[in-house]
Amino acid sequence: MKTILNGTQVAITIDRLCHQLIENHLDFSQSVLIGLQPRGIYLSDRIYHTLKKLLPGVHINYGKLDITFYRDDFNTQLHVPNETTIDFSLENKKVILVDDVLYTGRTTRSALDAMLDFGRPSVVELLVLIDRRFTRQLPIQADYTGRTVDAIISEKVKVRWSDRDGKDEVILE
Amino acid sequence: MSLSVNHLLGIRGLQRQDIELIFQTADQFKEVLQRPIKKVPSLRDTTIVNLFFENSTRTRISFELAEKRLGADVVNFSASGSSVSKGETLIDTVNNILSMKVDMVVMRHSASGAPHFLSRHIDVPIVNAGDGINEHPTQALLDAFSIREKLGSLAGKKVAICGDIMHSRVALSNIYCLKELGAEVTVVGPPTLIPKHMETALGVNVSYDIRETLAWCDVANVLRIQLERQNTPLFSSLREYSLAYGVNRKLLDSLQKEVVIMHPGPINRGVELDSDVADSGHSIILNQVENGVAVRMAVLYLLSGKKSGKLVE
Repeated sequence: MKTILNGTQVAITIDRLCHQLIENHLDFSQSVLIGLQPRGIYLSDRIYHTLKKLLPGVHINYGKLDITFYRDDFNTQLHVPNETTIDFSLENKKVILVDDVLYTGRTTRSALDAMLDFGRPSVVELLVLIDRRFTRQLPIQADYTGRTVDAIISEKVKVRWSDRDGKDEVILE
Repeated sequence: MSLSVNHLLGIRGLQRQDIELIFQTADQFKEVLQRPIKKVPSLRDTTIVNLFFENSTRTRISFELAEKRLGADVVNFSASGSSVSKGETLIDTVNNILSMKVDMVVMRHSASGAPHFLSRHIDVPIVNAGDGINEHPTQALLDAFSIREKLGSLAGKKVAICGDIMHSRVALSNIYCLKELGAEVTVVGPPTLIPKHMETALGVNVSYDIRETLAWCDVANVLRIQLERQNTPLFSSLREYSLAYGVNRKLLDSLQKEVVIMHPGPINRGVELDSDVADSGHSIILNQVENGVAVRMAVLYLLSGKKSGKLVE
């Protein structure tokens, strides 16, 4: 087991990602933040709350998207859905999709499909905490990356969050 | 986590966690139905046949909408005008349809047990959309789902099932479902329309006094008088039935409490339920219809996972 990011590094990385978002989205008046269920929402919650601290008084549209019904492996597996809470339109908005790990790219592809049912965004960006390079099965890349990791297929990247798992860390097993 | 059954033949075969899984999934489909685009591609590779050997409006439309909103291909069959009138057997009809590579069957039949019989002969998932006077499981699920939505939970709630219990598949499925989820159930109606030994066989209370039962309950599920299933009349007249067992505004107002009113439809207005109650704020009849699509989407989605050894995680 190898620690990729410890608690302090996770906090610093999230701060950096938030500053990058502010550089590109300024007051978020035309931007929305969408966390991907089930695990991306822990990161998107942190991003949202950090942005709120950095931009006091600014309203940020924040939703959570479940992609269960849009997966491309429904021929072989069915999954129990998680909650989707998007109470605003995505029409002509700049959407920032947030997930913890970018691996094959299939979850992101499903998210793009699912998202279109809520409107047609003007721009879609992808923010991930961990980008596993060289494992992509689809032509999908992140716009904001916390840490890039080279891992072989048999290894697993696990992201732990203090509010769910007791402490913040990213490990390679 | 997956359903413990391969078919939805009745509520009797379901466990509590099955019902809760269906509700959990239906919650998410209900959210899908609020979106500008109300369709998801989950069953894009699935063909479903709706076999309706008995008349139906809302159940058939509800199933068809559910199937289409899941992206499934849908084939509709109704017995009238089919080869059934030439003497073809049920098994032959179904096998012929299945030969055309159908993945799931939704069936309504006037004979109790018809889907159970079929499930022993074919190996695709079957959803019972009502069989004779036996069960109507998706109706019971959507009824319980609607009560849960209105009152928060089923546990400890008092539910009255009113009217023609004898001929109602909705009543039997509702009793199984409500009891499984911890509700207390009373059936009320004329003695001739309530089967004997219901207390001991099904664990429900029996009452012949509609006023007393409405004063007791949180929810009244009023059933249709099924004249088409009665060979000999079991009460003197519709007018007398309405006077003795009809639910009307005057009766509800005299109770000085809120009773949630449900009806599986179609309503005989002015017989078991008056219009001023059916269309009032107490009534969740249209919510039942709306929830029917989400609940049926959940059932079809979860059962399709049983096809070809799919897993539900």
